[in-house]
Amino acid sequence: MSETKTATIAAGSDAGAGRAPRPLGMRRRARRDALAFIAFTAPNFLLLSVFTFWPVLYSLYLSFFKWNMIAKRKTFLALANYRAMVTDPVFWLVVRNTLALAGVTVIVTLGIALALAVMLNRRMAGRSLYRMIIFSPTFTTSVAVAMVWGWIFDPNWGLLRVFLKWLGLASPNWFADVHWALPAIMIVAIWSGLGYAMVIFLAGLAGIPVELYDAARVDGASARQTFWKLTFPLLSPTTFFLVVTSIIGALKAFDVPAIMTEGGPLNSSNVYVLYLYQNAFKWFKAGYASALALVLFVGILAITLVQMRLSKRWVHY
Amino acid sequence: MKDVDRSRGILASLLTHLVLVAVCVAVGLPFFWMVTTSIKGPTEVQIFPPVWWPETPRFDNFAVAWDAAPFGRFYLNSLIVTGTGVVLEILIASLSAYAFARIRFRFRELLFLVMLAAMMIPGQVALIPNYVTLKHLGWINRYAGLVIPHVSSVFGAFLLRQAILSMPADLFDAAHIDGLGHLRCMLSIALPLARPVVATLALYLFIAKWNDYLWPLIITNTQNMRTLPVGLSMVQKAEYIIGPEHLMAASLFVLVPVLVVFFAAQKQLIEGIAAGALKG
Repeated sequence: MSETKTATIAAGSDAGAGRAPRPLGMRRRARRDALAFIAFTAPNFLLLSVFTFWPVLYSLYLSFFKWNMIAKRKTFLALANYRAMVTDPVFWLVVRNTLALAGVTVIVTLGIALALAVMLNRRMAGRSLYRMIIFSPTFTTSVAVAMVWGWIFDPNWGLLRVFLKWLGLASPNWFADVHWALPAIMIVAIWSGLGYAMVIFLAGLAGIPVELYDAARVDGASARQTFWKLTFPLLSPTTFFLVVTSIIGALKAFDVPAIMTEGGPLNSSNVYVLYLYQNAFKWFKAGYASALALVLFVGILAITLVQMRLSKRWVHY
Repeated sequence: MKDVDRSRGILASLLTHLVLVAVCVAVGLPFFWMVTTSIKGPTEVQIFPPVWWPETPRFDNFAVAWDAAPFGRFYLNSLIVTGTGVVLEILIASLSAYAFARIRFRFRELLFLVMLAAMMIPGQVALIPNYVTLKHLGWINRYAGLVIPHVSSVFGAFLLRQAILSMPADLFDAAHIDGLGHLRCMLSIALPLARPVVATLALYLFIAKWNDYLWPLIITNTQNMRTLPVGLSMVQKAEYIIGPEHLMAASLFVLVPVLVVFFAAQKQLIEGIAAGALKG
């Protein structure tokens, strides 16, 4: 349709200017466009094929073998790597840790972030300063984050010990204690993720029409009623989006545990991607690590598909 | 009655500010702690309760930290990897975005879905296969291996496509009539008009690539190829013996460029995040 239009305009301008090129025939133009399209998208599709799509197939393939990534020969194991996962106690511990990290972090982070967003969702002095400070950990280099928090958690000279002492508590030996290593990682994750969730909630709140609040006020609704009967249901698409993206983010956690605790002590703070990394690049068990990677892929895919399905049904607009 | 209402309102707003200030202090404290520790003396980092501000700021900690590892080299590596990565990814994203927005092709919608499907594959799944691929290409421990696997673009291409679609079609039609090819149209019409989107995208990509840890950790195996985050983590893992004050100083080397970018463009970045989440 637009090609016809182009052609007519082209004919007009041709007559006017006289030096514009002759409009190409429709078929020639279509062929030229097809070639242009392929040329324009080729770099991206080439890279995606080699470094994104192919790895899924190759992971699946490798997961049926025993291989140390160096030897020429791979030993076929059929499903033994998957069976090994089921009987590997560390695997289940790592899964439990990862799910605990995801669950606790998501609930606490989103809870605090929502409260902050509701507080900031009005014209007030210092609003953008508050927003900027709370958001600032979002882009902060995770390695540097792990460094400073590692120092804050220091059981002897750490800053956290000061606050614990104010509360009359002794500092746990965070990274050496099987009960405290994972909570330490959770604390860092909450600190890092709070600002992002708050900003997304603020965007969601901005989308709720002001008239609804006016109506609620006219009807004499209390602040609590307004929040639970109006704000919270209308915010459900945002909340749902954040829950899903935060869970997926937590499943992929690597940097902070890898640097702060290296998964220890006794794997008490080991998480999925770190365990995958250890299997692949520390113990050179490429087959087992590929099986782990594939299970992670399927898990994240399942969450994404469920999200696509449910976001149509669960979310109240 | 009215006075009571008003004083309650003031009290509520005071309470809100109090809570927000407390949260900001808690969120900001690690940054403060990094800075204050980085200028403390060796005895001041081993006192409990710790000192909040050193008696005499020791700026020579930065020099000691800088010499504790080849930080100059790490900086250079990070700049090369991040810089080329951002430029290439923007280029690839622009080409794809323009094609999906403005070039007619029979399988365009199908290919668009294929591209979007790539977003569902987490990079963590690809670690081993990509390592093997790079080994075949001879790209282990090379800049190409650090950069190339991560310059494909889905989100960026999607974002830019939206921007190009929102431009009036007549603009491009008229340009074609004047004999401009697609490449010229992209470079002289689409990209200049999409400049705010390109700029925001470049900032995100800069931050993401600068901060990346896992991939350079896997793909580099000599000190002279390490990027800053990996180099810093190696410093901490006792390849070198230095105090916490030096470690915090070294962390600031890594962090400062990101913080500068963030504070310079924070409004753009925060609003971009919010808009991207709602659309995507």
